[in-house]
Amino acid sequence: MAERAAPGGAGPEAAAPLPAGPQAPELSREEKLQLRKEKKQQKKKKRSEKGPAAEPPELGTPSDPGQPRGAHPKSLPTLADGPNDGEKPAGGKSKAELRAERRAKQEAERAQKQAKKAELSQAATAAKPRLTPTEPQSVVKRLPEHVQVDDPAAQRKLAKKLERQQVPLRQDYGTKVNLFSHLHQYSRKKPLTQQMSIPSTVIHPAVVRLGLQYSQGIINGSNARCIALLEVFKQLIRDYSTPPNEELSRDLVAKLKPHISFLNQCRPLSASMGNAIKFLKKEISCLPDTLREEEAKEKLQDTIDKYLREKILLAAEAISRSAFEKINDNDVILVYGCSSLVNRTLCDAHVKKGRAFRVIVVDSRPRLEGRETLRRLVRKGIHCTYVMINAISYVLPEVSKVLLGAHALLANGSVMSRVGTSQIALVSKAYNVPVLVCCETYKFCERVQTDSFVSNELDDPDDLIVLRKGQAQLGGWAENKSLRLLNLVYDVTPPDLVDLVITDLGMIPCTSVPVVLRVKNVDQ
Amino acid sequence: AGGGSRMTDLTSSIPKPLLPVGNRPLLWYPLNLLERAGFEEVIVITRKEIQKMLNLDTKMKLDFVCISDNMDMGTADSLRHIHQKIKTDVLVLSCDLITDVDLYKVVDLFRTHDATLSMLMKKTHEPTEAVPGQKGKKKPVEQRDFIGVDDTGKRLLFMANEADLDEEVVIKRSILQKHPRMHIRTGLMDAHLYCLKKYVVDFLVENRTITSLRSELIPRLVRKQFSSPTPLQQGLDNKEEDQKKKEQASLDIYSFIKEDNSLLKPAPDNSCWNDHRGDMNETLHEGKVRCYVHIMKEGLCYRVNTLGLYIEANRQVPKLLLNLGLEEPLVHGSAQITDRGMVGSDSIIGSSTQVGEKTSIKHSIIGSMCTIKDKVKITNCIIMNSVTIEEGCCLQGSVICHNAVIEKGADIKDCLIGSDQRLETKGK
Repeated sequence: MAERAAPGGAGPEAAAPLPAGPQAPELSREEKLQLRKEKKQQKKKKRSEKGPAAEPPELGTPSDPGQPRGAHPKSLPTLADGPNDGEKPAGGKSKAELRAERRAKQEAERAQKQAKKAELSQAATAAKPRLTPTEPQSVVKRLPEHVQVDDPAAQRKLAKKLERQQVPLRQDYGTKVNLFSHLHQYSRKKPLTQQMSIPSTVIHPAVVRLGLQYSQGIINGSNARCIALLEVFKQLIRDYSTPPNEELSRDLVAKLKPHISFLNQCRPLSASMGNAIKFLKKEISCLPDTLREEEAKEKLQDTIDKYLREKILLAAEAISRSAFEKINDNDVILVYGCSSLVNRTLCDAHVKKGRAFRVIVVDSRPRLEGRETLRRLVRKGIHCTYVMINAISYVLPEVSKVLLGAHALLANGSVMSRVGTSQIALVSKAYNVPVLVCCETYKFCERVQTDSFVSNELDDPDDLIVLRKGQAQLGGWAENKSLRLLNLVYDVTPPDLVDLVITDLGMIPCTSVPVVLRVKNVDQ
Repeated sequence: AGGGSRMTDLTSSIPKPLLPVGNRPLLWYPLNLLERAGFEEVIVITRKEIQKMLNLDTKMKLDFVCISDNMDMGTADSLRHIHQKIKTDVLVLSCDLITDVDLYKVVDLFRTHDATLSMLMKKTHEPTEAVPGQKGKKKPVEQRDFIGVDDTGKRLLFMANEADLDEEVVIKRSILQKHPRMHIRTGLMDAHLYCLKKYVVDFLVENRTITSLRSELIPRLVRKQFSSPTPLQQGLDNKEEDQKKKEQASLDIYSFIKEDNSLLKPAPDNSCWNDHRGDMNETLHEGKVRCYVHIMKEGLCYRVNTLGLYIEANRQVPKLLLNLGLEEPLVHGSAQITDRGMVGSDSIIGSSTQVGEKTSIKHSIIGSMCTIKDKVKITNCIIMNSVTIEEGCCLQGSVICHNAVIEKGADIKDCLIGSDQRLETKGK
């Protein structure tokens, strides 16, 4: 009912610029768009003529308070134009007139709200032509570049962006397995510094050093990488000086971008690093303009310190304490790979609290990180057994629980961790052994992934070549056209295989991860 | 971190930085290497007169620091001389280095492992050709260097010169405990290219007894990797002893290593990288001093400090110049050569040189403004600027310096002829 009244209401409302008012429903979409464009231009023209003074009355006051805007795409500019023309002869303002205008505006807004409610109950067909031209972006999500390696257009865009920032582009190495051809694969023997000048002017030398250490694998593990990144950012901020006529809050973010691209080219950023960067960018852009440069820099360094202390170091302490409740005497705990959190938990439980338990360290090629875990645990005096991952079904009958570390926790509750973790979780489930994952909240990520293919990291395939008695069996893999080597870094464990996630907020089931994310967003 | 670089000067009969190699002054080669690597500022330490004679066209900013003629400075002394100019980590080069190494490899080692020292070495082979001017003399056994590297070939564990050892090579047990597998090599040549941290320069400034980088500082640093810092004396009663001990302690390099703002402290604790396996120690054995070496297997690397090496370098230089992709052709445009076909493909001929008819030039380097008359045969020679060679000469394997005149019919083989010499006709 309300809709039918609209054409009638709009018609007499419209002034000269609205020729086809009553016939609006019969017009095709293109003509409607055209008419809308004309109206917008006229509105702009009129606005420039009248100046800002005329705007308040322009916004409100339809003579028909019950006029819905829904049925007509055109009724919106109609609303603006109609009272616009009517007000033309109004001229000067007096207090009473202003009050009248304000009252009229409020009434109009109330009317609009009602109209909106009525509009919502309509079919979507009327709303669609209005929505789609104005908001196409909310429907299409942009994919990040690092999963679009086989799309030449995306790579060209990336190359242009890197050229603009004067960061060299790292070349991919070797033929990739088809299923993973959308990911980058770099070689450790061709570092990025090959293409850069030695005294680095564009990129801060500390960042170059960090990038080299990432790409050569000296700094490994998501906590270590994030801590190193934050320390380097602190140094960057210390060495930064605002150029004249620039705002620190805007310029510093712009200066950080090439450095982040450089680190990304050295090794794809981890989820923990991504969250830290987001936090830092937000902090910088929220700096008040009144601060002097030194104060602002100090404040930034303090916030970075606070983030590091709270989210990483104290969180590790909290997790260690919570996890301690789950470790009982005479337990046999299975761990996989090298996770700084899990190591710390076990060492604290043994050294500080004196629990008696045994650990089985599971390791896998090519990284053999379990050896490092073994060294650290044995050093503290914990009884350890060392097996390779193909032996887990033999040792699981005597294991009481499995403690795993995580690289990131995704929004649907999946755990992204070192490749092999999902296998351990699966076999543990088959043997009814509880699986506990330790992860700090700053590694929670808003991505959703159900498989390990979409977004992963390909490591140097030459790592798989092993030398036995001076002979490298896979040494000539590049010449063999039908042979491809795959060295995956991460895999995704589905949430139903994980029994408990131990975070610094407490022990939560896997399905509560989106809740934590929501709470975190509200907090910030 | 990048810094400038620095070149040193050693005395020789002809001022060494100006010695022409491939018709370019010797100094040009290291400067070209630095320019290709992207350096923009270079500090050149040399003698006064050389600066005036140098005429290089480089885009880099060259900062000449002159030391007077009578002081005989070693490399370490020169570093001490300019230590105020050095504010960051520094790359030290010698002026007689000709190489086409990728500098980034040496610097990457330095950066990745946060090393105290990173240097360059090359596998050498024995020179086979006879060296002119030394014929008939049996060359004494060269002073060998024993270099010990670890399994990966990057970490420098041991360095000793044969002259310092009596009869046996002595290796400390602590080295073997931490690195059970060590490869000792003798066929390596030190390229005298060092990447040093700033605190090493500070240490040099304080410690005046060290004069040479190569023979004193580097071995000391390599040894320090495995020795612990001397503990500071606690006792208060014996003041004298205390004083002495303190002085010793202050000369220990560990006191110069500043803790770098705990930059790398928490990260290695969490990182699961370890440089060795099979023992209980932390990564890198918690050693603060670390020395790394990059060993070149292929490519050119010459240090022109003996005559033999000078000749060898001259022979390889045409290849190097071709690889560098310079626009200048090997045979200079203004050279007047009547019979082009007789000039070998890897000979370099300088500007304004006149070559007569029926002369054959093979594998030789001829400087600028030379006059070579007809019917001369030149093979494997290095001829410097403004030399006049009359007709009918036959030169083989010789080095002829500036302004020499060789009369008609001379037959010269494996000789070294100094500057401004004049050889009679039909001399041998």
